[in-house]
Amino acid sequence: MSIILCEQPIEPWKELEAYQKNSTLLKGKYGACNIFTGVMRDFNQGDTVESMYLEHYPGMTELQLKHIAEQGMRQWSVLDCLIMHRVGAVAPNDTLVLVACWAVHRGDAFDACRFIMETLKTQAPFWKKETLATGRTRWVEKNSEGYQ
Amino acid sequence: MSIRVRYFASLKETAGRSEDRIQIQEPLTAREIWRLLNPDKAAPETMLAAINMEYVSLDALVSDGAELAFFPPVTGG
Repeated sequence: MSIILCEQPIEPWKELEAYQKNSTLLKGKYGACNIFTGVMRDFNQGDTVESMYLEHYPGMTELQLKHIAEQGMRQWSVLDCLIMHRVGAVAPNDTLVLVACWAVHRGDAFDACRFIMETLKTQAPFWKKETLATGRTRWVEKNSEGYQ
Repeated sequence: MSIRVRYFASLKETAGRSEDRIQIQEPLTAREIWRLLNPDKAAPETMLAAINMEYVSLDALVSDGAELAFFPPVTGG
């Protein structure tokens, strides 16, 4: 399992390729990898968003992400899990989060990845502050539901 | 008892500071510590708390040497 907070842009496909190549745990063992990436939009609640700041709680954020990944790996049969999340200043089209789960079969990979992502949205201490095209700033007050 | 209190995101703006360090004579709950430190600011209904980086209820007692944090609902991902 690996939990990584990034101040610099995440290149999810390069990260995944490197992680899989370097993992002795996965080589020849997994039959499925489920991947989620979350990306910053340039609009929200009817407004144009120019940029965003992702605040976090150093120490608690990593600890809660570890709890979430461990819970997902206990609940489903998962060989390995990677979570990467941006912090600090971000711009539209930036990847904000990457969650990948490797398993022997697809069911466990799909379900664990979904669980980890949904739990991250409600439990991991990150907070988004948007800067709109008008120059106004605002805190995002709550995340959207996973199913709409 | 010595307690470090931290504020994050919109609650940092509400409190007007990012942290406090306080000495208290007897154990208090997280909610009581908010009231003590922010007497003119009602705690938002959605406010969350953590002690030593684990989520707790606002009614949890804060022990000596603890780090208490107040923050709004999380919005990552």
